[in-house]
Amino acid sequence: MENKKFKLVDIIFETEGCDVGVVLDRVLKRTPDDIIMDMIDSGLRGRGGAGFPTGLKWKFTRSESAYDKYIICNADEGEPGTFKDREILEKVPMKVFTGMAIAGYAIDAKEGFIYIRGEYRFLQKKLQSQIDEFNQMLENKGLDFKIALRWGSGAYICGEESALFESMEGKRGEPRNKPPYPTVAGFRNKPTVINNVETLVYATMINKYGADKFKELGTRDSRGSKVFSVSGDTPKAGIYELEMGLQVSEFVKEFGDGDTKAVQIGGAGGTCVPRKKFEDMIIGYEGVPTGGSMMIFNSSRSMYNVLHDYLEFFAEESCGQCTPCRVGCQQLLKGIEAVKRGERPPSYLDDLKSLAASMKIASKCGLGQSVANPFSTIIDNFREEVIY
Amino acid sequence: MTDVKELIQAKVKCIGAKREALMPILQAIVEEKNYLNEEDMIQVAEALDLSTADVYGTATFYTFLDTVPRGKYVIRVCKTISCHMAGKDEIVDTLKDLLKVDLGETTPDKNFTLMQANCMGWCHKGPVMLVNDDIYTELTKDKVIKIIHDYMGS
Amino acid sequence: MGKFEVNLKINNIPVTVEEGTTILDAAKKLNFRIPTLCHHSDLCVAGNCRVCVVEQKGAKALPAACATPVSEGMDISTNSAQVRTARRHVIELLLSEHRSECTSCYKNGKCELQDLANEYRVNETTFMKLVENKGYTIDDFSPSIIKDDSKCIRCQRCVRTCTEMQSVSALAVVNKGEHQKIATFMNKPMHSVVCTNCGQCVTHCPTGALIEKNYIDQVWDVINNPELHVVVQTAPAVRIGLGESLDLSPGNRVTGKMVSALRRLGFDSVLDTDFTADLTILEEGTELLTRLKKALVDKDTETALPMTTSCSPGWVKFIEHKYPELLPNVSTCKSPQQMFGALAKTFYAQKKGLKAEKVVSISIMPCTAKKYEANRPEMRDSGFQDVDYVLTTRELAMMIRQAGIEFASLPNEKYDSIMGDSSGAAVIFGATGGVMEAALRTAYEIVTGREVPFENLDILPVRGLEGVKEAKVLIENVKPEWGFLEGAELSCAIAHGLANAKILMDKVKSGEMSYHFIEIMACPGGCLGGGGQPIPVNNEIREARMKAIYEEDSSLKIRKSHENPEVIALYEQFLGEPLGHKSHELLHTHYTGRKKY
Ligand SMILES: Cc1cc2nc3c(=O)[nH]c(=O)nc-3n(C[C@H](O)[C@H](O)[C@H](O)COP(=O)(O)O)c2cc1C
Ligand code: SF4
Ligand code: SF4
Ligand code: SF4
Ligand code: SF4
Ligand code: FES
Ligand code: FES
Repeated sequence: MENKKFKLVDIIFETEGCDVGVVLDRVLKRTPDDIIMDMIDSGLRGRGGAGFPTGLKWKFTRSESAYDKYIICNADEGEPGTFKDREILEKVPMKVFTGMAIAGYAIDAKEGFIYIRGEYRFLQKKLQSQIDEFNQMLENKGLDFKIALRWGSGAYICGEESALFESMEGKRGEPRNKPPYPTVAGFRNKPTVINNVETLVYATMINKYGADKFKELGTRDSRGSKVFSVSGDTPKAGIYELEMGLQVSEFVKEFGDGDTKAVQIGGAGGTCVPRKKFEDMIIGYEGVPTGGSMMIFNSSRSMYNVLHDYLEFFAEESCGQCTPCRVGCQQLLKGIEAVKRGERPPSYLDDLKSLAASMKIASKCGLGQSVANPFSTIIDNFREEVIY
Repeated sequence: MTDVKELIQAKVKCIGAKREALMPILQAIVEEKNYLNEEDMIQVAEALDLSTADVYGTATFYTFLDTVPRGKYVIRVCKTISCHMAGKDEIVDTLKDLLKVDLGETTPDKNFTLMQANCMGWCHKGPVMLVNDDIYTELTKDKVIKIIHDYMGS
Repeated sequence: MGKFEVNLKINNIPVTVEEGTTILDAAKKLNFRIPTLCHHSDLCVAGNCRVCVVEQKGAKALPAACATPVSEGMDISTNSAQVRTARRHVIELLLSEHRSECTSCYKNGKCELQDLANEYRVNETTFMKLVENKGYTIDDFSPSIIKDDSKCIRCQRCVRTCTEMQSVSALAVVNKGEHQKIATFMNKPMHSVVCTNCGQCVTHCPTGALIEKNYIDQVWDVINNPELHVVVQTAPAVRIGLGESLDLSPGNRVTGKMVSALRRLGFDSVLDTDFTADLTILEEGTELLTRLKKALVDKDTETALPMTTSCSPGWVKFIEHKYPELLPNVSTCKSPQQMFGALAKTFYAQKKGLKAEKVVSISIMPCTAKKYEANRPEMRDSGFQDVDYVLTTRELAMMIRQAGIEFASLPNEKYDSIMGDSSGAAVIFGATGGVMEAALRTAYEIVTGREVPFENLDILPVRGLEGVKEAKVLIENVKPEWGFLEGAELSCAIAHGLANAKILMDKVKSGEMSYHFIEIMACPGGCLGGGGQPIPVNNEIREARMKAIYEEDSSLKIRKSHENPEVIALYEQFLGEPLGHKSHELLHTHYTGRKKY
């Protein structure tokens, strides 16, 4: 497998600065189809976790004939261990807005919304005035596109795209049945492009530097760079933009505290990689994908506690509509507690693993489907810690 | 204190008297009063032509849209893994001692409600807490005491 | 043509279906039944219980058959090992949240969850019981409905029913994650919110979480008390529904068997609500004509038109909540059940030489709202509670089983007298449009002296399951005393299901449409689809019941209310005339505006 060495990248936050007006002027001189071709060519995949090719998403939405279409920036960032979207919106908001405007131009949408989690309410005033400023700029350039802000109110599941639409429509954030997909029926049941904050910034930057520069970075399946949120047992907690395709061992060498026993990649719903597998795993779509969350645990940590925390999180944050996830999360949580207390035999963990496997295939949305990731990887690699 | 009717009207004016206005309206009421009471939810239902059960059902989905009385300052300590490892338990204990309340409770003077919540997006700077909309990071026992005293003073 | 067809394989058998068909329906076409819980053909798709998952070759996850449309080339397996394991897990998970006590559960034997648990031979102890930590509550304050959260599987069928079919939205999904449940506004008891007691949520609930409040034991007690004279009345729709709860197929007319069963249960007198349905037509028809006269001739601005029917207590409570300003439009006639009750303890008691306090009046209704209606404080005009206990069709079936009566082999018997005679016009009260048809048969004849100008008296435009129906009847060559109606066109509308009622009433309220007479039934299909009728219900079953009702009508010699001999006698011997003094006292009522939210 192709893998990359540790390399800091400076695209998203770009210390030298970026005049988004210039980028937009360049975009507006080209055709939407050309823009989309470039996006496809760049190999950019969504940075929100699911990793869908961004150019294709735009292409599908463009080909829908509806009059009303929408661009939505997903700034719900609720995955434990992720905090990069907030930083991006604080530091380079104009690049996010520009990405939305480019997407709007590409698919012929007139309205864009930023759905941002309620926890970031302190950003409201600043963000709103920056949006106003940006909308004014678009008007001056004669681009018929406007951005508005919508707030979440403390519900992790609203980061899931269809739950997010429901929430924006004033409803409970319960994920919808798919199909139809957002490119066909999203917000207000109209064709919608929904992209993560970071994805949109890369869209801007690809239009600034061209697809080739982006493509130079990363691996065949994981092009470009990505912003990582590093936390846990590390002397260097924080936000880093790194080339994709990094081997976990390289990552640990750079960020670990010398005593790293496991890294949880991709947040609570991600995969737990134990020390013995650091050399085998690549951070990227061909290995362990991540929306950016990297949590590092050293040998003083109990992996039972880690798993317990995750399961508690899921039991609370599941929307509760579908059986495997609503009840399954509670069962996994109560189950490991019972094994720990000796009320159920260690072999019960295998029943629970089988349950988690059913949750992975039978749940309605990505939340319930992802609980098996941390569950199985922690049970498989740290069974003793969970039992005793 | 702003009248709830006015809050509703303001949102209805920019979004329309439709369901899409529900979240912004409920958020505005909570911002003003810290929670949603029965009468206010009835008014919202009336303004948007929704059933009260629907308004209630929607509100209760969202952690921040409380439907039981809350204090003037709602403290939410992050309890998720990174903050947990960084020592959120000590922060919670400090707050319990300081405010003489348990988790989920409100001080008798109705100034503070103490709660926990899930990851707030500051995992590299845990432990963290929100007091209403304001975030406080890299908390220590002393820092928390000072922050709360400042609120008590104001 | 080919453009709209999709080819796929289910369990290796090729099948071609129309685009947009779900996997569930495509499988049905091949006679593969896929188990479901949250799915109901009356309601929009939810896709939340996940018991209907199937395996799709090449897909990572298992699609929900009820919520996934077919696509070209799909290769589906409905019963693979993976599917069976996932389904069993789903059922076991549901049971772990569920207070399983089938032996004492009201839904025992008629519960979709129980059936599935049985079918999949699940192990209830695989997972941990979560029930104890849940703080489940039971709300049994309503006279009509019991809501037991510990039996709820969160399929949301009730919520969709109350919202989509009934536009009431008394129930909603509240909280999230492990705390998610079904509740009213602020968790108030059902009787204190906008719930109309229609019972549609009950007929759509797969488990014992929503059931009617049953009064079976109380009824056995009064039957067994030799001091008391127990009369029973049976509503029009019961006779075409009851068989379904006693192992017969939908659409069986079991009037005669029902009468003999009731006699065997020990009721002292088996009488018919159809008798007072005919009476209602005379009172209500006269009220309509009087209103028309006041409005058209006397130019009385106080007289409200259109007049709406009042025999559906779910509808009455709905309008009391939602359109209190339109209450003057509601006919002041009590429902047939309540007219019967008021007469049972007055006219009937006198005729039979009984003391009113020794008469107990029981009614068998297709309806849960009737339980509430009987308990309304307005319904005590006889000096006592006019109707003592209301049983649903389902409760009657249960009593018949308890008594060990072999229903299918019972002889056909006839109702007792007095108050047992009826016309075909009364029977059709049980179907949407029936009251309208019955009223037109009588009113037209009163005004013109001739039968309604429809073949066989069948007024087809008002029949059928369309949500809102309209009809116009031209009135010509009237009798001299009705001269003001000469050439008038009587404009009528009919709605069934409260969501349709809302559509219609919004139009009336805004002035978009104007009518003279409106019939509204709270339940889809009318009483035949009532909240007290056998479960399951769907449009196919409603159609079968409806067909039976119209057959019953056609089979009767007397088909017009004003020709019911016992009704004629009642006026001669007791009431005097329609809308007379005595009628006002016993047969009419008033309404109460209620809070909108
Ligand atoms: C439970 C759950 C939570 C999610 N939360 C987020 C989130 O906070 N931010 C985000 O951008 N995407 C989130 N997603 C992914 C979105 O559904 C969606 O794939 C993404 O916004 C698409 O944007 P992208 O293609 O640019 O990544 C979440 C998905 C699931 C299943
Ligand atoms: S998987 Fe969980 S979050 Fe997703 S729909 Fe089901 S209950 Fe809701
Ligand atoms: S609801 Fe069904 S499964 Fe539950 S106790 Fe009653 S009959 Fe048994
Ligand atoms: S009885 Fe009717 S109105 Fe009441 S909750 Fe059930 S469906 Fe809704
Ligand atoms: S009460 Fe019945 S219909 Fe409603 S969600 Fe529960 S089980 Fe389903
Ligand atoms: S874990 Fe506390 S802010 Fe993320
Ligand atoms: S029946 Fe298909 S998900 Fe419930």
